Amino acid sequence: MTELKHYFAPTSLDQAVERLKDGDVTILAGGTDLTPQSQAGRIKFKHTLMNIRHIPQLSGITLEGREIRIGALATITEIMEHPLIKERLPVLVEACDHFASDQIRNAGTIGGNICNASPAGDMLIPLLVLDACVELASMPEAKIYRHCMPLSTFFVGPGKTRKSLCELVTGVRIPIPEANHVARFYKHGTRPALDISTISIGIAGTLVDGSLSNVRVAFGAVAPTPTRAAQTEQALEGQRLDEATIDKVAAIARDEVKPIDDVRATAWYRKEMIHNITKRILSHVAQA
Amino acid sequence: MSLKHDIEFTLNGVKRRATIDITMNALDMLREVIGLTGTKYGCGEGECGACTIQVDGVSLNSCLMFAVDCDGRNVTTIEGLANDGKGDALRDAFVEHGAVQCGFCTPGMMMQADHLLHKHEHPDEACVKRGLEGNLCRCTGYKKIVDAVVACGAAEATP
Ligand SMILES: Cc1cc2nc3c(=O)[nH]c(=O)nc-3n(C[C@H](O)[C@H](O)[C@H](O)COP(=O)(O)OP(=O)(O)OC[C@H]3O[C@@H](n4cnc5c(N)ncnc54)[C@H](O)[C@@H]3O)c2cc1C
Ligand code: FES
Ligand code: FES
Repeated sequence: MTELKHYFAPTSLDQAVERLKDGDVTILAGGTDLTPQSQAGRIKFKHTLMNIRHIPQLSGITLEGREIRIGALATITEIMEHPLIKERLPVLVEACDHFASDQIRNAGTIGGNICNASPAGDMLIPLLVLDACVELASMPEAKIYRHCMPLSTFFVGPGKTRKSLCELVTGVRIPIPEANHVARFYKHGTRPALDISTISIGIAGTLVDGSLSNVRVAFGAVAPTPTRAAQTEQALEGQRLDEATIDKVAAIARDEVKPIDDVRATAWYRKEMIHNITKRILSHVAQA
Repeated sequence: MSLKHDIEFTLNGVKRRATIDITMNALDMLREVIGLTGTKYGCGEGECGACTIQVDGVSLNSCLMFAVDCDGRNVTTIEGLANDGKGDALRDAFVEHGAVQCGFCTPGMMMQADHLLHKHEHPDEACVKRGLEGNLCRCTGYKKIVDAVVACGAAEATP
């Protein structure tokens, strides 16, 4: 039996964070994770089910100074089709393009993808290599308190984040990359649609004269959380992308990840894929 | 007792009220509370597309949607498409191309194809295949369905 006692559909951010004060709230966005998880009994409802759909501050994709802000309620389809994202953050479009099916892209939100905190969450890898920050809102006293947290410190385990029970994710902020910035995402699965990543890789950096700097590397589905790969990043930093470097970096990547065996792949296979795809992506970047 | 809630929304162009269980999904509401059984239950977890409906102009899986989230929104099911001229053209194309065998996937296919044809007026084969990725069919082998949707888009191109 559920403990569910209330349904609440706030129409402003104030109402929403006020309600979150007691922390006894299950948040509903698109529902593509929450529906199957609750029906299978994998999650238990809190006292209140709060539908955040009607909060205007959570929508939209906007340019704010040197950042792009994506509202928590932006759907995968909206992100994929938005001119600003296509022009400035094409690596996000790449990730959207391999996300589930049209129906799920139309319903699933970026906020839901972040808060579900799956190690295989497809938006999380490109967001990590783009240095994204998560916007959080709460109401500790009488006023709204808002702050941002780097996504790289947000995840703590499968389905677990640093967000407190009293906080709402209102959006994600991404610094606009410079002109010579390159970013790539690759998702490996067994079929083109409706597949959960066996592994995924994001690599980004500034490319000058064949060398990559400000390197960011992130891997999905090889650890309890989507993670940045510090050793691989360090090995790449400032290096010319010649064949020897690429081979060395791919080997370091393979050794750095500690995946598990599960129904989708063995740990051995995942390590091989990390090696091979890292090599492939870097070779493509070198030729670009 | 599970918690109930009253919602009001537009269903196939008509305002409706319903009293539903908060944890119920939109598919169960359509089939069991409202009695519209055109929308099918295939997998209940977003994999098959048999339950595809349109909400505020986009297609989605009704099995992955909370019924309470229909409140205040505009919902279209296969029964609504059946009363629409656009639906006629699509149905005729399915019939002409033999795109229906057992028919179980057909309502979901039609709802998704209709959404696709709104977004891409004259889709080619690749575009249709991509758009129907979230819909499974155990009978036809897909070719006839894809042909039907491409033909429907092409027919609309010629006035
Ligand atoms: C068949 C199927 C295929 C899928 N394929 C993919 C795939 O290819 N790639 C992928 O990454 N994911 C996939 N998913 C998972 C899911 O669709 C995504 O994670 C989606 O982005 C979730 O968004 P939502 O709005 O539907 O979240 P919801 O289900 O509404 O919420 C998810 C979780 O986040 C919390 N939450 C949501 N919004 C907020 C907020 N603003 N603040 C605080 N908490 C919040 C909810 O409480 C809940 O715990 C798939 C799911 C299914 C059923
Ligand atoms: S029943 Fe909803 S996708 Fe299969
Ligand atoms: S016609 Fe039988 S499932 Fe498609």
